[in-house]
Amino acid sequence: MVSTRGATVEFRDVSKRYPGQLAVDRLSFAVPAGRICILVGPSGSGKTTSLKMVNRLIEPSGGSILIDGQDVLAEEPTALRRRIGYVIQQVGLFPHQTIAENVGTVPRLLGWPRERIASRTEELLALVGLEPARFARRYPAQLSGGERQRVGVARALAAEPPVMLMDEPFGAVDPIVRERLQNEFLRIQRDQGTTVLFVTHDIDEAIKLGDRVAVMAGGKLVQYAPPGELLAHPANDFVAEFVGSDRGLKRLALLTVGGADLDTGVDRAGVPSHAPVLSPSTTLRDALARMLASEAQVGVVVDRDRYLGVLTLSTIGRMIRDDM
Amino acid sequence: MTEGEPLIRWDWIASHLDEFALRLAEHVELTVIAVGVGFVIAFALSLVILRVPRAEGPITAVTGTMYTIPSLALFALLIPYTGLTILTAEIGLVSYTLLILIRNIVRGIRGVPPDVREAAVGMGYAPREVLLRIELPLALAVIIAGVRVATISTIGLVTVTSLIGQGGFGFLILIGIQRFFTTELIAGAVLSVALAIVADALLVLLQRRLTPWARAE
Repeated sequence: MVSTRGATVEFRDVSKRYPGQLAVDRLSFAVPAGRICILVGPSGSGKTTSLKMVNRLIEPSGGSILIDGQDVLAEEPTALRRRIGYVIQQVGLFPHQTIAENVGTVPRLLGWPRERIASRTEELLALVGLEPARFARRYPAQLSGGERQRVGVARALAAEPPVMLMDEPFGAVDPIVRERLQNEFLRIQRDQGTTVLFVTHDIDEAIKLGDRVAVMAGGKLVQYAPPGELLAHPANDFVAEFVGSDRGLKRLALLTVGGADLDTGVDRAGVPSHAPVLSPSTTLRDALARMLASEAQVGVVVDRDRYLGVLTLSTIGRMIRDDM
Repeated sequence: MTEGEPLIRWDWIASHLDEFALRLAEHVELTVIAVGVGFVIAFALSLVILRVPRAEGPITAVTGTMYTIPSLALFALLIPYTGLTILTAEIGLVSYTLLILIRNIVRGIRGVPPDVREAAVGMGYAPREVLLRIELPLALAVIIAGVRVATISTIGLVTVTSLIGQGGFGFLILIGIQRFFTTELIAGAVLSVALAIVADALLVLLQRRLTPWARAE
């Protein structure tokens, strides 16, 4: 498997003015190489405008955007775009081209030899879980929504771009497919090491996928932090409201049983037999749900046959409170 | 028609196959030149409209007006300038194709889904490549639909150019009228209609051939 190295992406004082409106207001933040940065906010917050300034579908009015320290404005737009992956919600597959042709788009524009395009296409289809023999020669109209979005991701990754831009890529598929696509996306991103800027209006998606989350409102960056930090310490009332009053529960989804203070004073034999058995890698959110569902009110923590202690509801409660 | 003469004299038809072939060649030539030249002009004007939307009104008004001028009058008015030539015929025939061709080329390209265009630009297609590799192929079905209508109406109109010494199968119709000879008149009309049907069928086949993805839906 080819492993690309991501590039750093830095916004420095970036603004976008339209007549009578400031769509993006002096935006500054940096995304480390190989990380996923989620831009999240209500509609009209300037997140999509910010994303499209990276590949110059929209030209900034001021400031600079640097990819590995190089200003995007210094490069010819078509050349710039060919080394930045781009995925949009409606996918935008070319209906008149087969799946293989769609995936090979950027390598073709870059003039790769035909055999290299063919082998890369096959590799990518397999990577996104579409069997090349079945899908390569079909047309987009013959695929389901989820399959089309997988092709969209494969197409964006084709030329091993150091940066990938994704504009609500999983917004148009049903929740079950979305969950699966999100998980696959995380796996692929780790595998490829691409730096990703990802726009969504869904805070749950932002928390699940982001290494860093940039919360935007009215064209401004309100908070830029890792998801756990965002949930634990919202910068202001707007962020607190945006992440939701259940932010404590959402935070539990990011923590694992292994990180909690277990009660080790109880002998295993003393724990009710119907108490759920938890492993250290279980999220606290899942642990809580299973504990509430059983009458035991506690969970038995076992790491491969080895008994570690019990997890109590009050411990979970304390973890939510302590952190906030 | 003389008394006792049958509507169609098959023996006359059998003995004039050579002339039919000659008229067919003329008819096809006049049609192909008209639709071909018309397409080139219409394509250029469509690009102007797509780039400068304000040009759409004036261009549609002019080509629309051309379309309404009675063909007979147009040919008669051109004779003092270009004589009884193929040029006179083609000026008229070409002008009648423009309205329909421009309308379909513009509509076809505007009908390309915005997300497809955005993806193409976002992945680094240059504007010219977007037009040639993405927009034109996707507009092809609508464009060919326009070419079909233009071709059929041109094949009909070619018969009128017999009045200025051209005409293909129209020549047979004209002579048939002048000599009160129904066999020749009907032969000309039927052959013209047959040519239109065959041309249309060929264009349908061409479209299927060029747009294999349309059958996949």
